[in-house]
This record gives sequence, C-alpha cells and structure tokens, in this order.
Amino acid sequence: MTNTIKIVALGVITLCAMFAANFARDLSYQTHAIIVMLVAGGLFLVNVRRIGEPKIATATGYMDDVVRFGVVATTFWGVVGFLAGTYIAFQLAFPALNIEWAEGYTNFGRLRPLHTSAVIFAFGGNALIATSFYIVQRTSAVRLWGGNLAWFVFWGYQLFIVLAATGYLLGGTQSKEYAEPEWYVDLWLTVVWVAYLAVFLGTVIKRKEKHIYVANWFFLAFIVTVALLHVVNNLTIPVSIFGSKSVVIWPGVADAMVQWWYGHNAVGFFLTAGFLGMMYYFVPKQAERPVFSYKLSIIHFWALIFLYIWAGPHHLHYTALPDWASTLGMVFSIVLWMPSWGGMINGLMTLSGAWDKLRTDPIIRMMVISIGFYGMSTFEGPMMSIRAVNSLSHYTDWTIGHVHSGALGWNGMITFAALYFLTPKLWNKAGLYSSKLVNWHFWLATIGIILYAAAMWVTGIMEGLMWREVDANGFLVNSFADTVSAKFPMYVVRGTGGIMYLTGALIMAYNLWMTVKAAPAKAEAPIAVPAE
Amino acid sequence: MELYTLLREFADSWMLLFLFTFFVLVVAWVFRPTSKRDYAETSGIPFRYEDAPAGDANEKEA
Repeated sequence: MTNTIKIVALGVITLCAMFAANFARDLSYQTHAIIVMLVAGGLFLVNVRRIGEPKIATATGYMDDVVRFGVVATTFWGVVGFLAGTYIAFQLAFPALNIEWAEGYTNFGRLRPLHTSAVIFAFGGNALIATSFYIVQRTSAVRLWGGNLAWFVFWGYQLFIVLAATGYLLGGTQSKEYAEPEWYVDLWLTVVWVAYLAVFLGTVIKRKEKHIYVANWFFLAFIVTVALLHVVNNLTIPVSIFGSKSVVIWPGVADAMVQWWYGHNAVGFFLTAGFLGMMYYFVPKQAERPVFSYKLSIIHFWALIFLYIWAGPHHLHYTALPDWASTLGMVFSIVLWMPSWGGMINGLMTLSGAWDKLRTDPIIRMMVISIGFYGMSTFEGPMMSIRAVNSLSHYTDWTIGHVHSGALGWNGMITFAALYFLTPKLWNKAGLYSSKLVNWHFWLATIGIILYAAAMWVTGIMEGLMWREVDANGFLVNSFADTVSAKFPMYVVRGTGGIMYLTGALIMAYNLWMTVKAAPAKAEAPIAVPAE
Repeated sequence: MELYTLLREFADSWMLLFLFTFFVLVVAWVFRPTSKRDYAETSGIPFRYEDAPAGDANEKEA
C-alpha cells in the first residue's frame, strides 16, 4: 500500500517537473526542474521494478550504512569545497583566472557562494548528519528510529546540495549570505530537515539509557534552531511558480536584521553547537576517559544557547539598525566569550592525565588543535564585535581571516579527527592504514591555516587603516584600487595556505580509502574455550 | 500602543526576567547535592554500547 502511494507520488512529481521545465522562466529554474524530473523519474522506475519483491526482514543492530555513506560524502564534499576555495583565492590574486569564455558562470561572484555552501553545508552538514546519527545511536543504545527515513535525510540533503550548487553557477541566488538557495530549494530543505529532526528525536525518545548524553543536547539544539532560522529567514513570496525569483516579506532594515540573526546563528548553532556535539563524544572516546566536567558541559550548553541567539546585530554596526540593537548584539557577543572558553577548557581538560597521547596519537593532536582554534576564534569574534574594533575590521579581509580560523581550524580539524575515528570503526578495521599520513595531514593543515590567518590579519588591518587615512585637509589618501594592489602578496600567501590545506585533505581521502581497501580487519574477540 | 513598543517593553522586562531566572535555576540545578553521582553515571554513556544496541546478544555490558 505505502509502496503504491510512493510510486504514484513519484510519478506525479516527475510529471510536474516536466511541466515546470517546459514553462520555466529562467535557466536556473529550468535546470533544477530537469534534475528533479530525472531523480524522481529514476526513483519511479526503480520502485516499479521492485513491485512484488519480498520484504526484507527488519534489520537489527546499529544502522551504520547511512553513516558510512555520510563519511564518504563528507570527504568528497570537503575536497570539492576546499578546491573551490583555493581556486577563488587565486582568482582574487590573479584576476585572469576569471576565465573569459566562462564569464557569468565561473567568475568569483558565482563561485564564492559555491565555495561557502560546499564547505559549510555540504562538508559540514554531511559531517553533522553522519556523526549525529552515529553518536545518537551509541549514546541512546538503540537503532535509529524511522527505518529508511534516515536514507531519505541523507539523499534528500545531497539533492539540496546539488540544487544549491548548480543554482549558484546559473545565477539562481536570493543574495542572502549563507542562505542563497531560492524558494523552492528552501522548501525542499525544510522537508528534509523536519525528517532529520524526526529521526534524531525519535531515536532519543526510544533510548535505553536513562539520561540524554550532553552531545545529543547540542545536536538537538543545532537541528531545532537551524529549522527555526531557515524558515524565518526564507519567508518569501515567489513572483511566479515557474521562476526562481521571490520577494522576502521582511521590509528594509528588518530584513537585514533577520538575515544576520540567521547568519550569526548559522555560525552559532550549525558550526558551533553541532560540532560541540561531536567534540563531547569523540574527544572522550579517543582519550578513553569521560568528559572533564559534566557539570560544566551542562552550563556550557545553556549559556551558549541563551547568549548566541542575541549576537547577530554585531554584523550591522554603523548601519540603519537602531543603536540599542547593535549595542545589544555587541554586549551579548562579549558575554559569549565565557561559555565558549568554558567549553574549550572542558574539551582540553578531558585530556588531563592523558597528555602523553599527544605525542603518540595524531588524532588526539588534531582534536587539541581544533579546540585551540575554537578558543582562539571565539576570543577574536567578541573582540571584533566591539563597535570601535569593528569600525576598523568591518568589510576588510580580517573578517574573512576570522571566519577561516574558525572554519578551517575548529570545524575542519574536529571533522578530520571524527573521520579518522569513524572509518576504522565503521568498516571493522583494526586501525587506520597509515598514522604517518595523518601526521602529514595534521602539519599541512595546521601550517596552511596559520599562513591563511596571518595573511588575512595583515591585509585586513592594512586595508582598514588605508581606507580611513585622511590628509591634513580631510581628504582620503588612498583610492580603493591602492588597497587592492597593496594586498597582492598577502593574497598569494593566503592561496598557498589553501593549497596546503587542500593537499592535507587529499592525503586524508587517500588514507581513508586505503583504510577501507587494505587495512587489516579487526580481530574477532577471542571466544572463551573451556580448558580441558 | 504600537506593536513594536509593546513587544520591546515586554522583551526587556518580563521576558528578560524569565530567561535570566531560568538560567540561574539551571545552574542551581546542576550543583544540586546528588549531581556528582548522577553525572558520573551519565558521563560514562559513550563507553557502554559501542558495538550493539542494548538488549542485543553481543552487547559489551549488560
């Protein structure tokens, strides 16, 4: 019965997508309609062929197939995202890389949102979905709730990524930073996200452990808040049902405020709360000791979610936003420093008594540098939110440096550590293919980040100072083009850092591949044989 | 009264008080006398059911 409904629904979707492709008003919409048509049509055929096949008995044990796919997708999108980032970094240094015949498709303006979405939503999002599915099963001691719904979440999310990425290249963007996808892609993500919430919450509800482990609190806050942010920021009215253009319902400065309430909490809940969930599971596991202070972890959680939600207005200093709102954002951003460092201390101190592992275990080293960058960027962020500092740093490359020390350092490194942890476990291997390659990855990535961040500090502060420099008569000393040419050497250094980071990721991909292919299988637990 | 003014008044009085009280109560709850024992149990969760769900034949701990 459910199968019949599924086949009918897929058939109807295919038909609608055909109509949409035919009546499409713009290229981006038309391409998306064709993609949806092919996906729905393909699934329709697969399901029709399966009619009458006997049902497979309900599986037991942990549902790890979807996590394995998540590990592969995370690695793949990571490499794609880093490659796009490195390329656009060099486009800024060498404008000739905005290739003439591909103008309008692969120039900086089109590739930049592709890079940000690929690393944040494709790499980071897949890492979060995979690790949250892994962790919530282990810490609830039950199989994932909802059966194949977890597969829907995984593949539905990949479809969202493909629609978003192709849309950017073809000019389908609503020009909201980190919320670029158009209205119909937003609606699709909402459906996928509700399914994600259902799978996660369903698993937590049927748990066999008495308490909900703190990592799951962070994951749940991440899922719920992102749903809220996504819906409110994307309340738009389409101009036509057959076109990608839509008009947001928020007027003027309220739209800017909603956008940065979304934007900053995407950082706070997507890139922080979710990844803290990873930290609170993988760091204790790899260090083989429980979290330093469980009390602190609970206070960390509540303080973080109570404070982060107010910090958005610091993106709008010196704009039409009322002063009281931007002051509120600034104050909460500074207070936020405390829970952030509370969490950092909790993560680092989990290693107390196991510090020797830093010498021998490159995965632990990655976790430590990740938590270190978490601490550094959560100190830098509050400082940059202060209005006086912001007047220098805003619109400069300092902001980009700050984002990358958080994203490459904290999110990237903790994800790499999680992938190194998960791969041998999920494919039942005794260990990784090569620790030495992990070491190479660690140093390439770390030096890459340092080159990146240092170059952006220098160029950011330099251009901030150049923009505000006035002569004795009050005239500006530098033209905008002067700052652009002064930044050239730092842009090359930044791109070099990107190449190192990308190389590290490629080494990781090779190492994980060889772990699955060639590493020896885990020895079976010895079966006790009675002595005769 | 304008809706904006009304919401603004509410936000920086009662709602602020509610959120702040809630937070203080959470912190007080964390430091309740029996918390040390409870949290020792909870923080051990990651080390219990690594390979199979509770109730499966090959689980690590009963």
